[in-house]
Order: sequence, then C-alpha cells, then structure tokens
Amino acid sequence: MSAQFLQFLLAGLTVGAIYALVALGFSIIYNASQVINFAQGEFVMIGGMTTVSLTAIGWPLPFAIAAAVLAAAAVGLALEKFAVEPARGASVVTLIIITIGASILLRGVATLVWDKNIHPLKAFSGDAPIQIGGATLVPQSLWVMGITLVIVLLLTWFFGRTLLGKALLATSHNRLAAQLVGINVRHVLLASFGLSAALGAVAGILVAPITFTSWDVGVMLGLKGFAAAILGGMGSGPGAVLGGLLLGIIESMGAGYISSAYKDAIAFVVILAVLFFLPSGLLGKRSTDRV
Amino acid sequence: MPARPDLRRSSGLAALALVVLLLPLALQNNYHYEVAILVGLNAIVCVGLNLLIGYAGQISLGHAGFFGLGAYGSAILTVRYGWPPVGAMLATTAGVALVAWVIGRPILRMRGHYLAMATLGMGIIISIVIATEDRLTGGPDGMSVPPLALFGLALAGERLWYWMVGGVLLVAVWLALNLVDSPHGRALRALHGSEIGAEVAGIDSASHKVRVFVISAVYAAVAGSLTAHYAGFVTPSKVTFFHSIELVTMVVFGGMASTFGAVVGAALLTTLPQALTVFKEYEMVMFGAVMMLTMIFMPKGLVPTLAARFASRRPSP
Repeated sequence: MSAQFLQFLLAGLTVGAIYALVALGFSIIYNASQVINFAQGEFVMIGGMTTVSLTAIGWPLPFAIAAAVLAAAAVGLALEKFAVEPARGASVVTLIIITIGASILLRGVATLVWDKNIHPLKAFSGDAPIQIGGATLVPQSLWVMGITLVIVLLLTWFFGRTLLGKALLATSHNRLAAQLVGINVRHVLLASFGLSAALGAVAGILVAPITFTSWDVGVMLGLKGFAAAILGGMGSGPGAVLGGLLLGIIESMGAGYISSAYKDAIAFVVILAVLFFLPSGLLGKRSTDRV
Repeated sequence: MPARPDLRRSSGLAALALVVLLLPLALQNNYHYEVAILVGLNAIVCVGLNLLIGYAGQISLGHAGFFGLGAYGSAILTVRYGWPPVGAMLATTAGVALVAWVIGRPILRMRGHYLAMATLGMGIIISIVIATEDRLTGGPDGMSVPPLALFGLALAGERLWYWMVGGVLLVAVWLALNLVDSPHGRALRALHGSEIGAEVAGIDSASHKVRVFVISAVYAAVAGSLTAHYAGFVTPSKVTFFHSIELVTMVVFGGMASTFGAVVGAALLTTLPQALTVFKEYEMVMFGAVMMLTMIFMPKGLVPTLAARFASRRPSP
C-alpha cells in the first residue's frame, strides 16, 4: 500500500466518520417519523459554534462540549415539539418543507447570536502530526475516528439493550403495533430528535478543529450526511456508518487521483451508480407496496 | 370534483390573465417590473415542477439543473457559436428534453427519498460541471448573454419583458391545465395514488413518469433560457442545490396538485425576500418562520387550504 494511498484513505476515513455521524442522525429521525430532517446540518453548526463561543469565554473544553451537545439536543427537542408535532398528519413532503424552513430559521438565528465569520477551534490534543506508514495524520483525526467508533458502539448497545432504544426500533418497524403494545410513540419521536441533534452536535464539534466552523457549515455537511444515509440505505444504522465512510473515502480518492474540482461530482456519480443497481441503498430494506 | 372541469379550468385561466393584465397598474417603477418578471419566470418552472411533484407524486430536488442547462445552453450557443437567440432557445430546449429523457429512464425507477437523492445528485453534478468548465461557461464568474432578438430586432426593456413573460406563463399554465385533464394527467394521478394499482389498471407507469419528467424539465429549460436573455448574464448561483430546494418549496407552499397554487407559491416566495429586506439582519429568521408557520397551519399549501375554506362556507348544491 503506497503512502499516498494511505494518506487519502486516512483523510477519507476522517471526513467519512463525520458524515457517518450526521447520517446516523438522519436515519434515527427517519425511522421514528419517516421525515427527512433537512435541519440536521444545523445541529452540526450549533454544536461547533456553541463550543467555540464557550471556550472563547474561558470554559474548559469538556464542559463546553457537554453544554454544546445539550444545547443542540434542546434545539432538536424544540424542533419536534413546536414544528413537527403540531403538523402531525401532514404529508411527508410538507414535513420536509417544515424542516427546511427550520434550517433557514436556525441559520438566521445563528447569524444573530454569533456572526457570519469563520471560527477556528483548538484541536483537542495539539497539532503535532503523527507519522503512520509514510502518511501524516493530525491528532484530531484520531479523535474523530475514535469518538465515532465509541458512539457507534454506544448506539448498538442503546438499540439492542435499553427499553427506549428498543421502543425506537419497534416504532420504526410498525408504528401502530408499537402503540398497541404500550409504547408512547410521541415520546419516541421526541427522543429521536433529541438523540439525532446530539449526534449532529458531536460531529460538528469533532470536525471544527479540522475544517473550522461558521453559521453555514451545516448546509454542506447536512447534504453529505443525507447522501451517506441514502447510499447506505435510509433507516439502516450500519448502512449510515458504511455510507458515511464510503462517501468520505470516495471523495478523498476522487480528489486525490482524479480531480479535486470534481470530487463532489465523482461522489454523486458513484452514489447514482449504486442506486441504479441497488435502488434502496447498500443495506436498505427492500420495500414492498401494499395496494 | 365540480361537474364542469372545463369551465373551472377556463375561469381560472381567465382570472390569471386578468391578473397579468391589471398588475401593471400597481407596478410603479422598473424595480417592481423586475420583481414581477422574476415571479413569472419562477412560476413557469413551478407550474412544470408541480406536474411532476403534485400530480405524479415524484419528487425532484434537481430541477435547478434543468433551469441551468436551459440558461447556459442559450448563453453558450449564442455567445460561443453565434447562433440566433430564438434558434438557440429551441435547440437548447430540445437538448434538455433529450437529457431529461436519458436521465429520467433509469432515475425514475427509484422511489421516494431515493428518487430525491438521485435527482439531487443529478442537479449537483450539473452545477459542478457548469462551475468547473470555465472555458465554456465562464466558471464561477458566469458569462454575459446577448439580448433576445427576433428578426434582428433586440427585445429589451422591463415593460416588453413583462408582457412576454406574462404571455409565456399563460401559455404554460394553459398547457398544464389541459395536460392535467387529459388521459395522461389521469394516469399520473392514478400512479400517484398507487403505482402497482395503476399498472393493474393497464397504465404504463414508467413511460408516463418519464414523459412528465421531460415535460417539467422543458418548462424549467424555457424559463432558464428566458432568464439568461432577460438578465443578460448567467452565473452558477441559479443552478445550485438551494435553488432546486427553493423551487420545490414554492410548489409545496402554494399547494401541491394545484397549477394556480404553483403560480401563487412562486409569487409569494419570490416577493417575500424582497419585502423582508426591511427587517435587515432578521430577514432570514423571518423567512424561515413564515415558511414553517404556513406549512404547519396550512399543510396542504395556501391555495388548496384557502379554496377548501372558501368552498365550505358556501352551501353545497
């Protein structure tokens, strides 16, 4: 394996891990409500920006991170409570437009609370690059990959072992049946938005030291997260992770070996090609219609 | 459903014609005309997009791509190859129709969110190509476009453009209304309800979906060509993913499966940002809030919701 290839691979995995976290957020909300939450990217922005401003006023990093994740989760809960729940029974497209409105609103609020500048965040543990097999890696990349791995393990435990996690899964399989066995579907919906927002915020905080953060950072990351979730199969947890990592690697390899101007185009061409052959993504459920 | 759809259709069209005819009384300066023209151009795209989204139930998050192909096709053929504007517009529209047909066949096999993703990807690929191939398109800086000319006579000026765009819009709406009430339109509504159900009833859903996709792409391309000539300039900013989202939002905001809803949605969401500029830094917050509140309280969109409210007040015959 050449050093150059390894370099591209590591860069791809780093950005792919971020996409995976955003994609997981999409999938969780989709499972609970069938809604594609286009405000998902704004949670990424809220996480990064809140951490930046709290560390700027002297908060220690761990506290700032915790507060930022909680802030994003609170916004997520509010979004469900005040925007999605009142529109219960509306068509999915209407709900999607509501989340698009929410994302514009949140970006607008961000320009008021903060500003339109780009803000750096200090790396968690220094900037001294690490040499691995001829490739260089910033320590923040290890944080990104490590924390993503921990979160994936935590989510596996959450969905497999806890009551709330199982309630979420049950609701995603069959909402009515879940309600009949006594699951409070409304709480599940609320929880899914809170959890997705927290995941988005973590992604935003992790990536901020590498790419910096700003009021509109969520737009592109949200789009990529959506693409990753679709590539893996919307609603599938492992699919979201796989889709995110693959998307990151495709982008990085495309930029490195083919053309950096066309890296996003290359990624979308690959996604389209995959969808031609697997119309419900890599690990998505094959859906059947009832007439 | 009223007993006389043809009557309802022509009265709606007459009302729209009246609005186009009387609106200049309220337009006081060139800026007002400019906004009105912009409304008309957006409305043309939305009427076409509504056929796809509202009637056939197929989402597209990539229609800004077709709009962009229309705009850049006209720009490149007239500037780089010296074609006459009208010929360039016709050739571009035919070219976009072909592109939409080629892309539409494989893409429309997908459903729901996967179709959303595929169309989104298509739109983004188009926008990246346009922004990158700068020798042909001028790249991120865009390129200038000569004014529209008929028989060597340049068509310029806000007032002239207003009547031209108004005329095209009326034709676009008339065609769309006829299409909706044709067998093709009924087939689209049937496959919107259930694709399998429609196929059992003998409808070739694949070919109907591709056909409406091509039609909606042609609407977008014509509006794109006109916009390029009207503005005298094209930039990649109107080809972005956000413009696609904006277009879908207009359709849903006005009311899906309502041709006049698409026009109203385009009118409101085009003028709203202009009106909200008085709020300066609060503009974006207000825009997002208006969008959310409208969709929360009128989930079916403005026109169908208001029409239903109006109809329920009248005693039913």
